[in-house]
Amino acid sequence: MSKLTVENLKQIKEKFAHRLTFKDKTYLLICGGTGCHATGSIKVMNALQEEIDAKGLNGKAEIVETGCNGFCAVGPLMVIHPGDIFYQKIKIEDIPEIVQKHLIDGKPVEKLLYKDPVTKKRIPKQNDIPFFAHQMPRALRNKGLINPESIDDYISRDGYQGVAKALLEMQPADIIDQMKRSGMRGRGGAGFPSGLKWEFASKSQSDIKYVLCNADEGDPGAFMDRSLLEADPHAVLEGMVIAAKAIDARKGYVYARTEYPLAIKRLQIAIDTAKQRGLLGEDILGSGFSFDVEIYQGAGAFVCGEETALMRSIEGRRGMPRPRPPFPAHKGLWEKPTILNNVETFANVAQIMVHGGDWYAAAGTKNSKGTKVFAMSGDVNNIGLVEVPMGTSLRKLIYDIGGGIPKKRKFKAVQLGGPSGGCVPEQYLDTPVDYEEIAKVGAIMGSGGVIVMDENTCMVDMARFFMEFIQEESCGKCTPCREGTRRLLQILIKICDGHGEPDDIRHMEMLSDVIRETALCGLGQTGPNPVLSTLRYFRNEFEEHILEKRCPAKRCVNLLKFEIEAELCAKCGLCFKVCPVDAIEWKKKEVARIDQEKCIKCLTCYDKCKFGAIM
Amino acid sequence: MHPDHPDITADMWSPIDESIHKNRPVPGSIITVLRQCQDVVGYLPVELLDYISEGMNLPSSDVYGVASFYSLFSMEPKGRHTIKLCLGTACYVKGIKEVMSRVENQYQVKEGGTSEDRRFTLQGVRCLGACGLAPVMVVNQDTHGDVSSDKIINLLEEYK
Repeated sequence: MSKLTVENLKQIKEKFAHRLTFKDKTYLLICGGTGCHATGSIKVMNALQEEIDAKGLNGKAEIVETGCNGFCAVGPLMVIHPGDIFYQKIKIEDIPEIVQKHLIDGKPVEKLLYKDPVTKKRIPKQNDIPFFAHQMPRALRNKGLINPESIDDYISRDGYQGVAKALLEMQPADIIDQMKRSGMRGRGGAGFPSGLKWEFASKSQSDIKYVLCNADEGDPGAFMDRSLLEADPHAVLEGMVIAAKAIDARKGYVYARTEYPLAIKRLQIAIDTAKQRGLLGEDILGSGFSFDVEIYQGAGAFVCGEETALMRSIEGRRGMPRPRPPFPAHKGLWEKPTILNNVETFANVAQIMVHGGDWYAAAGTKNSKGTKVFAMSGDVNNIGLVEVPMGTSLRKLIYDIGGGIPKKRKFKAVQLGGPSGGCVPEQYLDTPVDYEEIAKVGAIMGSGGVIVMDENTCMVDMARFFMEFIQEESCGKCTPCREGTRRLLQILIKICDGHGEPDDIRHMEMLSDVIRETALCGLGQTGPNPVLSTLRYFRNEFEEHILEKRCPAKRCVNLLKFEIEAELCAKCGLCFKVCPVDAIEWKKKEVARIDQEKCIKCLTCYDKCKFGAIM
Repeated sequence: MHPDHPDITADMWSPIDESIHKNRPVPGSIITVLRQCQDVVGYLPVELLDYISEGMNLPSSDVYGVASFYSLFSMEPKGRHTIKLCLGTACYVKGIKEVMSRVENQYQVKEGGTSEDRRFTLQGVRCLGACGLAPVMVVNQDTHGDVSSDKIINLLEEYK
């Protein structure tokens, strides 16, 4: 295939314009993200194609498998254009009805439309659904619209215009200037200004420099980078090419988790097609600038998300961090100047070039510009991927977009920034999404994992869970992290088991301070955060565990004794039916009773009881 | 000289040698080589690690260091399918022990080990949090609930 010029880009854009304005035929955009794949979207897609063929609608309707749409909670899902009609939880049996009603009769299939949990009304249009209506897609602007494996789709959405402008019209200093104006800060978590990082690297003198993309997304509960790579891989490549021009690099790597096969596959397709079309490799768009990208698969180590550890890993060594300085902008991969940015950061770069840094900075707050992608999960109705402008309050994120807490339970806390982040309680829910504001309440922005916890969550147990993760993933190089996190975990386990002692809290705080000040890398320094942040807001829960040997949320099973409150018991027998060990005695119209000898404290009955009768 | 190893058959050596040959000049490619060799053999026996370190011209301590650092690499043989049996209290009371011994006898595999024909790796794991479905088994990515010792063999026969 011949190499493209700027002129060709324009032609492709015009040629495929109909595809994205949906004028020539009906387009059925099926979500092909990992979440929807797991709920059966491929089967649905195949069945749909068969039905379309059978009804002779070929040529009038076309199925497109897009990347992650974001609303993972209601998959498999599909959006039909024109009309922007959103169908959720599609089953194979629904296919004939969709084809007959929607495609032939031109009426939406009522029962598959989104139902608002508050008003109980069906909402046909995607953009009217609150989950989408409050978002501002920038990094995710192509999600659910384009086929991630088609470079033409991407080009028709102004793809590679950023590269064209940066390579043909701008000098490295101009690119860095626009990045600085945009106020873009690293989306991987630390929030270092990207433009500044690029400037340092561009000023470093060296014959060889590298551009790295960090796609080693390790936090439990985070899937932003995976979804981005699955939905819009070219946007990330484009960002890398522009960064390479800014610092004068010739070679780049995407360090991707080996656990993300679909993301790796789509990124590889993107790299291959971009190379064929002359948008990557030698003499890009005839500009004389050359840059090549390779995928480097990680091998399963959380610490490799830390920049110096990641570089060690690409060098083929144990992924252990080293002290900084020297910073990677001076001495990084193979001791050469290197910049490392996160997937989401790169995905924004091309648009900053096209529209200008000031455009990007128009959204957001004083010190945090633009938008941020979050992966919302846990005890929240609308689990999924969202992008909001900086400054949006956590309350809006969780209640307006996330749809609130399921099962009419009360909100307790939200965990931000993964295991090394912190939790934010109810009284600070109006905190805006902003690097400094979130730090003020004791959490971090982090990479974008948002885990919502309801009143049934025990914060001591939560601290133990995260500590276990950090302890397991400690690389073992420095003593404070290796030994300190282990001791913290031992104390937490002791407290959960009912053997806590009054001095434990003081000991944990002292130990945490030492770890925070002496550990080598970010993982270690933030390692005690799960303890410190839960202690900050939920100290009373720790005290109840230690002094009264009581777990108020009823999660620490060694502190529990289950009994049924006779006055609340509705005598329904549900607990009797679900008990896995027949420890509950119940007869019709009688209050149930728990046999303490048999009870194994598995919490099944407690979770099932609708009347809160099990204490 | 190819070392003798019961798990490395003659036809495996050509992809192994190819991977080493192709990657030897590429700095930092040891992780790639280990991945490719593990894909061929199924795991990384020590004899293979020594062979790789010689081929890549790296100290065997370095190669062992990398192989033991990353969780992707295993130096123990793994079966084609991994069976995880929940040893949480609910499953224990509901008879996971009987299920375990049934599997052990049927496929001649011990807990934590792999059957002779490498069909199954059997693991006992901590509570999977699905006590309502007890006893619970997870094969590869599929969760099966209520697996009694008589039903289990039919279920496992699906995994060849």
